[in-house]
Formats: sequence, C-alpha cells, structure tokens
Amino acid sequence: MDKLSVNQRATVLSLVILVVGLLAWEAAIPGQKIATELTEYERLTGGGAPKAGVPPPSQVLVKAWEQLSNPFYDAGPNDKGIGIQIAYSIYRVLTGYLLAALIAIPAGFLIGMSQVAYKALNPFIQVLRPISPLAWMPLALFIIQDSNASAIFVIFICSIWPMLINTAFGVAGVRQDWVNVARTHELGPLRTAFTVILPAAAPTILTGMRISIGIAWLVIVAAEMLVGGTGIGYYVWNEWNNLDLTSVIFSILMIGVVGMILDSVFAALQRAVTYAE
Amino acid sequence: MTQPFLKIENLTQRYPDGQGGEMTVFENASFGVEKGEFVCILGHSGCGKSTIMNILAGLSEPTSGVVKMDGFEVSGPSLDRGVVFQNYSLMPWLSALRNVTFAVAARHPDWPKAKVVEHSKQYLSMVGLDGDAIRRKPSQLSGGMRQRVSIARAFANHPKLLLLDEPFGALDALTRGTIQDELLKIWGGTEQTVFMITHDIDEAILLADRILLMTNGPYARVAESVEITIPRPRNRTSIIEHPNYYKIRNHLVHFLGIRSKELAGKQADGPQAPQTVRIEEPAQPNPEPRAPLRAVNE
Repeated sequence: MDKLSVNQRATVLSLVILVVGLLAWEAAIPGQKIATELTEYERLTGGGAPKAGVPPPSQVLVKAWEQLSNPFYDAGPNDKGIGIQIAYSIYRVLTGYLLAALIAIPAGFLIGMSQVAYKALNPFIQVLRPISPLAWMPLALFIIQDSNASAIFVIFICSIWPMLINTAFGVAGVRQDWVNVARTHELGPLRTAFTVILPAAAPTILTGMRISIGIAWLVIVAAEMLVGGTGIGYYVWNEWNNLDLTSVIFSILMIGVVGMILDSVFAALQRAVTYAE
Repeated sequence: MTQPFLKIENLTQRYPDGQGGEMTVFENASFGVEKGEFVCILGHSGCGKSTIMNILAGLSEPTSGVVKMDGFEVSGPSLDRGVVFQNYSLMPWLSALRNVTFAVAARHPDWPKAKVVEHSKQYLSMVGLDGDAIRRKPSQLSGGMRQRVSIARAFANHPKLLLLDEPFGALDALTRGTIQDELLKIWGGTEQTVFMITHDIDEAILLADRILLMTNGPYARVAESVEITIPRPRNRTSIIEHPNYYKIRNHLVHFLGIRSKELAGKQADGPQAPQTVRIEEPAQPNPEPRAPLRAVNE
C-alpha cells in the first residue's frame, strides 16, 4: 500500500466506496416473497401482487446496458433512446447558452469598461438575476408560442447572468499597467480590447462561462419536465409516469455524467487561458 | 541658447486634497534634456517624480504647463516615448519573445512576421536573453530577467525618448549591478535619449550625464542640475576611484538629506529653471562639497 502513489490510493478508495455502496443498496431492497410463502391474510390483502419498489443496482445496471447498447432507437413519441433524449437536451442547452454568450460577453465588456454603463445597468441586473429561470416560462410560452423555443429562452435567461457579471468584473479588474503598455504602444481601442483586455480578463470570463453551463444543465431538466415532448428532463418525468423507477435512476445517473463532461470541457478551456503572474 | 530636444515649461500639477482645497505637488517646473543625453531625476517620495514621468509618457495630463519634444507639443502617449515601468508590466500570458514582438509589431505594422521576430530576438540577446529563456512566460523568469525583457522591449522600438521609472527598484543589489552594466552597454550603442527616475544615488552617478534634484513636496521643484564630470565609459568598480566621485556623491547626499527640506514648500512665482552645478576636482579650490552655482539654462 505504501508503494502506491496518492492517485492510485485514491482510486482504490473510490472503488471500495463504490462497491460497498452498491452492495449496501442491493442488500437494503426487501426481496419479494413468492405467493406460496404468504399467509392467508397477506394473500387476501393483495400481498401477492408485484410490488413497486426502488430497484436494486443490479437491475439498474441491466437497464443501463440495455439502453446504452442501443441509444438512438426511435419507436414513437414516448419511446426514444437515451442518446436521442440527451442530444435534444444538449441542443437546447447549447443554443440558449451560445445566444447568452453572444450578448453577455460584449455587454460585460461595455459594463466593465465604463463606470456609467456599470452604474446604469447594475439595478436591472440585480433585480433580474435572482429570478428563478422557470418563472419566465409562462411568459415565454405566451409570447413565443413554441414550447421548444421557450425552453431555449429559459436556458438563455439563466446562463446570461454569471457570464455578464464575470466578464464585467474581469474587464474592470485588468491591471492599469497593461492598459498603459497598450497606450504607450499606440494600440487602438479594438486592438487593446482583443490583444490586452480579452486575454487579461479571459480566466475570469471563463469562470463565468463555466458557472453558466453548470446552471444551464441544472435548469434544462426542470424546463423539459414542464414543456415535455423530448429531452432528458421529459424522459425522467415520463418514466416516473410509467412507474419505471429503474429508468428514472438510470437517467438520473446519465444527467450527472453529461453534466460532468460539460464541466470538464470548460475546466480544460479555463486551464488553457489561465496565466500565472 | 538653442532649444533643447526635450523642453518642459512651467509644468504644474495640483490634486484635490479631499477637503475641498487643492494640493500642489509641483509648480512651474522647467527644465530641458538634450538629444542623446542620459538624465536621472532624484528626489524623495511624494515630490512628484512619477507624476512628471507619467506626463512625459503622455499617460496623464498636467494641470498646466507644456512638454515639447523636437519642437512639438506632447499630448497623449506615443511610440516615440518608450516606457520601462518599475513593475516590468509584461503581459503574463505571452512569452518573453512575444512580449517584445508585440511591441515591435505595433511600431512596424508593415514588417513581415519573420523580420519582427528577428529584430526582437536581436534586442533580447543584447540584454543577455536567448535560447530557451525567451520562450518562457514572465512568471517563469526571475525579476532581473523580466526587467531585461522590459528593457529590450523599450529599446527595440527606438523611441526618441526613453523613460525609465525606477527600473531597478524591485531588484536585489547584485542583479541591479549586472543590469545597470547591460543598460549602459545597450545605451552606449544607440545614443538614445534617456530620462530615468531613481532613488539610488550611486546608480544615478554611474548612469547619468546629468542629475536633476527635486526638493520635497508640496510645491516641489527641480532645484539643481548636477553635471556628472566623470568620463565614459564608466564602470561600477573603477568609477569610485575617480576624484570627482565622492565630491558629487557628497553633494547629492547633502542635498537630499538637508537642502531638499530647506528648499521645500516655497511657492515660486516665475519659471523655475534648475541651477546648474558642475563639480570638478582640479578646478575646485574649495574642498567644501557645495560648489559655486552657475546658471546656464537661460
């Protein structure tokens, strides 16, 4: 054990926790008695009927294998593969997120560069920011008249704030020395923005973008439960209506895995633009 | 007398003092710098040295007064006035080489990339940086190496006036000595006009043709202009053997220690040209460090 590196030891510990956790879960599920073992009273009160309960991990694993071996099947509106559902969710998240970035980053630049713009826009940002994105849903549905576009709008509105605030904060915090270097080299405002301020503020901007993508992925599940039709959020709710808890647990795990992948993409981007002073 | 290359006329800087009034940092400061001259300015903190530097760089505006370079009034920053900042001000996300090419490309937008890189590498090697070191980011370089990059960046652009704002203030004494030598070497080859702020008397004597002495603020002024009558090329170890060295040094220490206080706070009326002081051993019958004053700048 002493010869293993810290990472190796951590991996071993992770696996132990996983195995112990799964075994405990498996053991905690009461087995169903077969009809011949029931007392007469139990049989009369319906004890023989199959009981709906939390499935053991072994069943979830079987379900996962079954789903992941054919993720893109499409057998009608209520029966689509997990891959298709996740693809719909990612499409909505990325569309709303990119629209938000297109507005939040330039606007954040403006707010960060100008004290007047900051003071003028700050009250609006402070009021709009704490609104739960789902609260916009009825208004969005009424105005846009399209459930898919409304879901995208909800993603847009929830991911805009962290990017806007972080961009403004990062731009305002750029060291005056670097701006002075740009000025003594007669760089125009656009070149200063792209060659000095953007790289200087990039780590803070990327932090905002990473927070935003995390929030967007949290919100899409709830939004899709409301609008229905397609997506991982709809899938969870649909399987709950089918009382298929195995699929519910499987899709919860898939939401976690996709969220982790999105986050690690942005973590890598963040590492790429971070500099040491 | 002909017009000097750089002419500072009646420069005045006032700031609001936070209680409704005004604080005058310096008033009616007037002096000149000749082409190819190396001038150091010495004075206590708060006398407005850095403010003068920022005004010369065009990074801030004086309350009143004019700065003329080559006969033209200076307004706003320009590539003709290069600045080496005390804290190096290198872009931490760019390598040492890219920090220099950044500046060279701004100076010569029409140059092809290869020429920009070639030119930058040449100036980096003049301050002793080549090979692997120029590919590193500033955070992977020592303080001395960072300031070398900053000096290379400034010299590579051949500004008409080079402004050095306490460039060695953050370095240890040994590194400082090495880079002073390198600065002298690179300066000797270019005939660059240099205006430098420093706190270090020995550094000023080693580097400068002339030292401007400032009285304490508020109402600070450039009181004296001391000529350094030690022939070049100078060398840190042999310069102290020169008969004029301690005369000049004593004069400067005496000024900064006592007279900068005595002369402080006196409100001036007209243009305040500094009095020129020339200390020379053979022509000096009086051993007293205070030399006879001779006004020249009229």
